[in-house]
Amino acid sequence: MSADALRIALVGNPNCGKTALFNLLTGGRQKVANYAGVTIERKEGRFVAPSGRMLQILDLPGAYSFDAVSPDEQITRDVLQGNYPGEAPPDLIVCVADATNLRLHLRFLLEVRRLGRPVVLALNMMDAARRRGIEIDVPELSRRLGLPVVETVAVKRGGAQALVERVDGELPEPAPAQADDAASRADLHAEVRALLAATVRMPRHTAELDDTLDHWALHPVFGLAILAVVMFLVFQAVYAAGKPMTDLIGDGFGWLGAHVAAWLPPGPLQGLITDGIFTGLGTVLGFMPEILVLFFFILVLEESGYLPRAAFLLDRLMLSVGLTGRSFIPLLSSFACAIPGIMGTRSITDPRDRVATILVAPLMTCSARLPVYALLIGAFIPAHRVLGLFNLQGLVLFALYLAGILGAMLVGWVMKRMRRDQGDHALLMELPSYRLPKARDVAIGLYERGMIFLKRLTGVILALTVLMWALSTFPAPPAGASGPAVDYSFAGHLGHWLAYPFAPIGFNWQMSLALIPAFAARETAVAALATVYAVGGDAGQLAPALASHVSLASALSLLVWFAYAPQCMSTLAVIKRETGEWRNVAVSFGYQFVMAYAASFLVYQAASALA
Amino acid sequence: MRLSDLPKGVTAVVDRVDDAHADDAVAQRLRDLGFVDGEPVRVVARAPLGADPLLIQIGFTRFALRRAEAARVAVRQEAA
Repeated sequence: MSADALRIALVGNPNCGKTALFNLLTGGRQKVANYAGVTIERKEGRFVAPSGRMLQILDLPGAYSFDAVSPDEQITRDVLQGNYPGEAPPDLIVCVADATNLRLHLRFLLEVRRLGRPVVLALNMMDAARRRGIEIDVPELSRRLGLPVVETVAVKRGGAQALVERVDGELPEPAPAQADDAASRADLHAEVRALLAATVRMPRHTAELDDTLDHWALHPVFGLAILAVVMFLVFQAVYAAGKPMTDLIGDGFGWLGAHVAAWLPPGPLQGLITDGIFTGLGTVLGFMPEILVLFFFILVLEESGYLPRAAFLLDRLMLSVGLTGRSFIPLLSSFACAIPGIMGTRSITDPRDRVATILVAPLMTCSARLPVYALLIGAFIPAHRVLGLFNLQGLVLFALYLAGILGAMLVGWVMKRMRRDQGDHALLMELPSYRLPKARDVAIGLYERGMIFLKRLTGVILALTVLMWALSTFPAPPAGASGPAVDYSFAGHLGHWLAYPFAPIGFNWQMSLALIPAFAARETAVAALATVYAVGGDAGQLAPALASHVSLASALSLLVWFAYAPQCMSTLAVIKRETGEWRNVAVSFGYQFVMAYAASFLVYQAASALA
Repeated sequence: MRLSDLPKGVTAVVDRVDDAHADDAVAQRLRDLGFVDGEPVRVVARAPLGADPLLIQIGFTRFALRRAEAARVAVRQEAA
């Protein structure tokens, strides 16, 4: 059926709403946000037009020009020019332009038109344009361009109606193909000016709201203060809003486990269900609220258009540690997970900046580490009020995130010193209009993230938890054994061996053992500890069990370990894929291991000496 | 005058973009983004640390440019 499907490519400048349009057309749930460079790969979807014809839609990364300067722009250029491996050039190009930003976006349309393929122009964000009093003479624009022009509102249901009707009809006549070179591209600006003068009336060049907000958000003093307050509130909220729900889920699973256990005959099966599934998985699942609260804030920030402002404020600071303002958004998404963060670096133009960002991204505390932090903080840090305003637990969490950031700055600075090529780096970053986040987009983002977490939980984390349970249950202790059964198991033996290298940083054998499954998925450290202690006879909640077996110094040491610890296997695999070099994988793993061990050693020895 | 020297809030007009070195991709990208002869341009804001980067309004768009990038753009002030 794909043989006769009409192949349509969505192209345009970054942040013009291509992906929102793609989602509207295909019912897809691709990520949308308000900054340049959200879409970094080609994405495909299909839908059936009213005529019954199958339409195949390609969503492509945004590009300012065919003179590509970053890996994501190259994809778009190659697909449109028919040079993308295994991909025929599209039958129809839908060039999407932000109706409030036509000076810039029409120029790219003119570049696209010169390919000599059928093109339709979609004037997107027409609702925002009308609100700002922008008047566009669409028929005249269409006549002068010599191609069909339709109006769209990608964020509204039915907002692509005109576009669907147009692409479902006859293919438009292509403009004659023209050669593309720097000299002839300069003429395009004059053509855009003539078009705008003849067809567009704009009361003012910028949105009044943007001017007002930017006056404060980019203010030399207030701007930084606002940024600090925003970041701090996010981490306070993660703890304040997440913790009560976590306790509720933990209690619920404890109750459920006890009732299920009562129905099962005593034996290995009962052990697996109560110690492995309910205690192990239940403990990890309990931390889902924290993760969702964190994602809620990240999604709202992404949609608002504030993040590129933060990048602007911090660019100089990031430059001094060998990064760039453009690193800010990939690094912020690494707080969710380093994998999308590392892939997001494709929008960084300078290859040196890109590799530096990839290497420090895993130091940003990913959400998979949040359960470990939340568990240990809940067990060891009292919920004092500090200065009558802040929660001490929230402050410790903030400090751990800060430790990761400071570590990244240190590593970036060292790498910058070691770099031979000290040539200048470009920033050249567009700051979009502010936008009120759409509840629907945030809800979809949260749903997608929640599902990813549940899939991890029922996949890799479940498998590892069952394995950990088996390892800590078998073999059974010999007759007449006096110690706890778990000491005679495989896990007990393995853990005691591992405890030697980790003794100087204060890890007991259970903690050392939990580091192994954590290498596959961080959250599993919590499930593994829960299972090992449950099998070892500490029924009930994990936090009190830990508090009675582990010293404060050891707990702090484990917290610091996870702030710097070598990343999970999937992150290493993505580093290999994105940079193509095993050397970067080795560097990344190696420096983090050394850093984690050194930091934990210092914290453990200092805390032990003070206690 | 260079765009990097333009006082904040003052509107000027782009004269040309100069290559800092042979085959300057940054200069070419600036031209593609609309930094061409006759285009009005304005410094909207300066970042807090070292007044770098600058926020530049050109056409209907705002770009953050480091001083080294803005220095490639020659501007002139036209009598209003």
